[in-house]
Amino acid sequence: MARNKEGLVLLLDVGPSMHRALQEVENVCTTLVRKKLVFHRSDEVGVVLFGTKETHNDLARELGGYKHVLVKHDIKVVDEETKDALENLPRGTAPGDFLDAIVVGLDMLIKRFGDTKAKQRLCLITDAQHLLRDPPQGTKEDQVDTIADQMKKHDIKMDCIVFRESGVQHNSVMDENDRLLYHFRDRSVAKVVQVDTPTALLGALKTRNVLPVTIFRGDLEVSSTFKIKVWAYKKTSEEKFPTLKKYSDKAPPSDQFASHEVKVDYEYKSILEPDTVVPPDQRIKGYLYGPQVVPISSAEWEAVKFKPEKGVKLLGFADRSSIPRFYFMKDVNSFVPEPGNTKAIVAVSALARAMQEMNKVAILRCVWRQNQANVAFGVLTPNISSVNNVPDSFYFNILPFAEDIRDFPFRSFSSLPPSSQPTEEQQEAADNLVKMLDLAPPGREEILRPDFTPNPMLERFYSYLDLKSKQPDANPPPLDSCLRRITEPDPDVINYRAPLIQNLGKSFELKENPKRKKARTQERLAYTDPDDQAKSSENNAGKATVADGQAKKPEDPYAEKARAIEVMFPSTEKVGKIGDVNPVKDFEAMLAERSSSIWVQKAIEEMKKYTTNLVENSLQGDYYEKALECFVALRKACIIEQEPEEYNQFVTKLYERLKKVDDVVKFFQLLSSKNVLLICKEEAPDSDVTEEMAKSFFLKTEISSE
Amino acid sequence: MDLDPEGIFRDDSDEDDDNLHEREANKEMVVYLIDASPKMFTPANAAKPDEKQETHFHTIVNCITQSLKTQIIGRSRDEVAICFFNTKEKKNLQELAGVYVYNVTEREQLDRPDARLIKEFSCVEDSFMNNIGSRYGITSGSRENTLYNALWVAQALLRKGSVKTVSKRILIFTNEDDPFGGITGAAKTDMIRTTIQRAKDAQDLGLSIELLPLSRPDEDFNMSLFYADLIGLEGDEVVQYVPSAGEKLEDMTDQLRKRMMKKRKVKTLSFAITNDVCIEVNTYALIRPTAPGTITWLDSISNLPLKTERSFICNDTGALLQAPQERFQLYNDKVVKFSVRELSDVKRVSSHHLRLLGFKPLDCLKDYHNLSPSTFIYPSDEQIFGSIRVFVALHSSMLRLGRFALAFYGTPTRPRLVALVAQEEVISSSGQDEPPGMHMIYLPYSDDVRYPEEVHLTSGDAPRATDEQIKKASNLLRRIDLKHFSVRHFANPGLQKHYGILEALALGEDEMPDIKDETLPDEEGLARPGVVKAIEEFKAAVFGENYDQEEAEAAAAKGGASKKRKAIADAASQKSAAYDWADLADNGKLKDMTVMDLKTYLTAHGLPVSGKKDAIISRILTHLGK
Repeated sequence: MARNKEGLVLLLDVGPSMHRALQEVENVCTTLVRKKLVFHRSDEVGVVLFGTKETHNDLARELGGYKHVLVKHDIKVVDEETKDALENLPRGTAPGDFLDAIVVGLDMLIKRFGDTKAKQRLCLITDAQHLLRDPPQGTKEDQVDTIADQMKKHDIKMDCIVFRESGVQHNSVMDENDRLLYHFRDRSVAKVVQVDTPTALLGALKTRNVLPVTIFRGDLEVSSTFKIKVWAYKKTSEEKFPTLKKYSDKAPPSDQFASHEVKVDYEYKSILEPDTVVPPDQRIKGYLYGPQVVPISSAEWEAVKFKPEKGVKLLGFADRSSIPRFYFMKDVNSFVPEPGNTKAIVAVSALARAMQEMNKVAILRCVWRQNQANVAFGVLTPNISSVNNVPDSFYFNILPFAEDIRDFPFRSFSSLPPSSQPTEEQQEAADNLVKMLDLAPPGREEILRPDFTPNPMLERFYSYLDLKSKQPDANPPPLDSCLRRITEPDPDVINYRAPLIQNLGKSFELKENPKRKKARTQERLAYTDPDDQAKSSENNAGKATVADGQAKKPEDPYAEKARAIEVMFPSTEKVGKIGDVNPVKDFEAMLAERSSSIWVQKAIEEMKKYTTNLVENSLQGDYYEKALECFVALRKACIIEQEPEEYNQFVTKLYERLKKVDDVVKFFQLLSSKNVLLICKEEAPDSDVTEEMAKSFFLKTEISSE
Repeated sequence: MDLDPEGIFRDDSDEDDDNLHEREANKEMVVYLIDASPKMFTPANAAKPDEKQETHFHTIVNCITQSLKTQIIGRSRDEVAICFFNTKEKKNLQELAGVYVYNVTEREQLDRPDARLIKEFSCVEDSFMNNIGSRYGITSGSRENTLYNALWVAQALLRKGSVKTVSKRILIFTNEDDPFGGITGAAKTDMIRTTIQRAKDAQDLGLSIELLPLSRPDEDFNMSLFYADLIGLEGDEVVQYVPSAGEKLEDMTDQLRKRMMKKRKVKTLSFAITNDVCIEVNTYALIRPTAPGTITWLDSISNLPLKTERSFICNDTGALLQAPQERFQLYNDKVVKFSVRELSDVKRVSSHHLRLLGFKPLDCLKDYHNLSPSTFIYPSDEQIFGSIRVFVALHSSMLRLGRFALAFYGTPTRPRLVALVAQEEVISSSGQDEPPGMHMIYLPYSDDVRYPEEVHLTSGDAPRATDEQIKKASNLLRRIDLKHFSVRHFANPGLQKHYGILEALALGEDEMPDIKDETLPDEEGLARPGVVKAIEEFKAAVFGENYDQEEAEAAAAKGGASKKRKAIADAASQKSAAYDWADLADNGKLKDMTVMDLKTYLTAHGLPVSGKKDAIISRILTHLGK
């Protein structure tokens, strides 16, 4: 446990210049605490505010100084109180001094953890706009050095997030502050990121701590004689929606310690004896090869299966252009030189830089561990470090194999008919759009950089989780405005560019295909707005079932209406048809409808049509069972109604017509085997078929089929 | 059923994401109609005396074999029939002359491909002339129309299955652009008319007829002579139908391979460019990892498939539950319940499928901005007229200005930021290499990106390579250069082996196939003196001259670790020898001993020492044979 436990102190600047961003600061810190409440229950968090009016900290009490630094929450295991401490952050009045705050945070960590093994971290969020007070002795740089030495000694790391909105002018004070912060980085104790939008601020802090684990340690084999020692890590890995457990409500409410969990149990049963469970050692795996199932025991499989040797081997170098970007298949790995191995660091650096200069990539074949069932085939691209104390490294992306690529031809745009080609004016409108909706304008940080963009779905889930823990029947909250900047274009930009966008709309004419039903198109092409949906379900709480039905399946209103009419005025015509669902029943219903004698005739006619259809369209006899039922019913009816000729002629004609067709012959054989023969004199006096004729009729069938 | 239960093709990060495993929308039935006239057996290449002459027939047999192999792996539910026309022998239900439906035992004529079909078909050429024979089908004087017969047979083969759920295709392979050239007069017009009518009838029934024309070296395949009318092409479409170039055989094979597979759409999306302009695009999966087929559990005695039954059991009371509708998450040690509906609501964060956010220069898309295979998008006018025009305009602007579009892809299960990268059409002699459209690349969020390179910071500045070392590295890069590298040259060795084994076992062969692993480095190439010299020079530049020796010494010094391990084992066996284990076990006294003492036995006998005390005791008892 101790290995993963983390002690964290949040150092939050609440000075006047930060007031606009405090909501986001609050949000990002709250998300961090919420995730800890789910995944890292034993982590400890403290909260220090600086730039506050008040002063409250140990150092001020013991030594004096350290003004405007307020310890809002002591380092404690995360709980409800930690969340409360981050709610409604006070608006401070004094310019914040982040060095003071760092010292206070450091002091708290050292006092709380001393030399225990817990990982310790400081997290500073500030705009670093204000002049720091001069230290009593030495320069500010010296002070940073002293602090960095202390941090190193206790193995404490720091994340600094500098938030300045894009309009803020740089001045010498900021430059000095930045220099001090970067000095922490150069001393290898801190990481500094600069963000300029509230959305990026939400993404700048890692809200979930993942212990980096290598997936491979060993040699990068250039040849059998030249090997470079490297470690491979994951560079990207998707943070998933948490897997929620199934809930069981069976435990009595009085049981305080009920787990409410559901165990899922799998049983394998034989098809022949559905009641016996086949024990695991009597099961064998069947591998599909086309229609065949090939049974292979694990031992057999183990003996013949593909067993690549562990190792990372270089195949060679290729032009970067030979590997299109869209070939990258998976999450990305990072190859770093073995830590502390200067020779490996230099070798990786030389290769990476040469690759960068010559625009080349390396092709690798990787088997991360022994017993891996397949090889990873991929491309190594250089990652030249821009930070002095970070060694050069590589990114590794998996490439597809020949089997994984499908070649579908698509029509060239140049061969499209003129009606689908844009005119010059339209092309210009598109050009303007691409130029104007620029997310990486010069002189600004890139907007919505993936590295600083939080996952809106997860953010929303964790705030919903929190809300639900207090109000069990709450609806999902609407998406926060900062998160909306991720799912929708920035409304400010849209307003600013309104004429341009209208122009685009005007130059292109889009029409819905009139042949398609409008309702369906809209349903398929757009979701209902999530918030509207939430609202509507609130409004319709009383008529909840109606709303539910509509939200799930927006149906054609006409169909709805038609159904209503049908219920009110049941159609008399309805009995006049033989449906697919229950043909025999329909048929009997028609016969029973003795309002006029035509009905009997009609019923028999309908049934004939239906059965003919069944027999003719039956593939490999999948409808034969049904057809047989129909024949039996028809035959019975014809006997009762004294219409044997109807039946006999029908069967004879059908037989004459279809006796050439392979499949249908089988059906006649089925009829004869079930004793569904022609109706003979004994059964209905009107028939002129003798018993013998009836039997021989089908014999004839069998002969002809051979 | 379990997809890949051993997790063979899964690594640590693998996801059970529905995005990756596209659903098989529907089944396909194909009839390959292969012209077997003597013309197909003449050499396809302009004759070069020293080369082995390959015929069009040979090319087609290879292509179909390849296609069947791919199909049995990826889409084995699809059904195929192989049918030759212009043959001496006839074999078909309708007893029509000049048409031979090829098949193997235990298989319907139109059925899923199986191992035997692939195996026997791949060597059909050897016995073709003896068993099936080739002749010109449509000649003056004879009333036979083999092409007409072939279409009829194909149509009859495709009779099963509803066109609603099954897509049915007829693929004609021929190098004869004027099948009725041999006859004249009324007989000719009559035959052309009836043949085209037959094709029309088939198309009216929902069968699509496609032609894979093959050009002969001296003449190009002229679509307009006959086939344009047969498959119903109009105007521009004829130009689209570029016949396979006769120049290079590989090109032809390539082109055939591309056309054999039917394009399958994954989804139709609405792409909102602005609030008013919302166009329609289709997505396609051009690149997806191919996984080995599904596994079914069998009863090892009867080899019959087993039925899997799932039951839900309440952990607290042991009661059997119906499929539980609620989920929960422990939060601050409290149980927080969600209904399935609430969960799907909370995941739905966007009102559109695909929403344009803006544009960025291409260099903002970093190599590590990747999570899963990309998806291809191509516009469609099917539901919204004018979509293609907007898309084409945007596509060309993005290409010209070197930008990619950032968009939000709001799937209800996995909403993501995506980069839409415009792809220019690439055409080579073998046809379209890259189709025009956009590639949708799934981007990570901030919490998906990690910084492993920053885990091990150096205390001072990190060492960097000198210019001299970089020069040596550049030299090395030039030496080990993979010219014309293409991933298409590398088959997945694991998958090949998997199916090689299955094929061998399915056909009851004794020999296990030997699969060549193409992903192994070219040892021979690396042993060339020039390459070895470049490697040695670079090695000396970065590692120093005496690296190997130093390494050996370091390894010797490290030997300490293994010595230590040995010492521990020795100590353990000494301690362990102090007990009479068999006696202790018989008297049930093992459980009175400490775990530490018990472990000495395990260490001494080289057994795993993990687990709780119970497990350890049972392991000892097993080892003692009790």
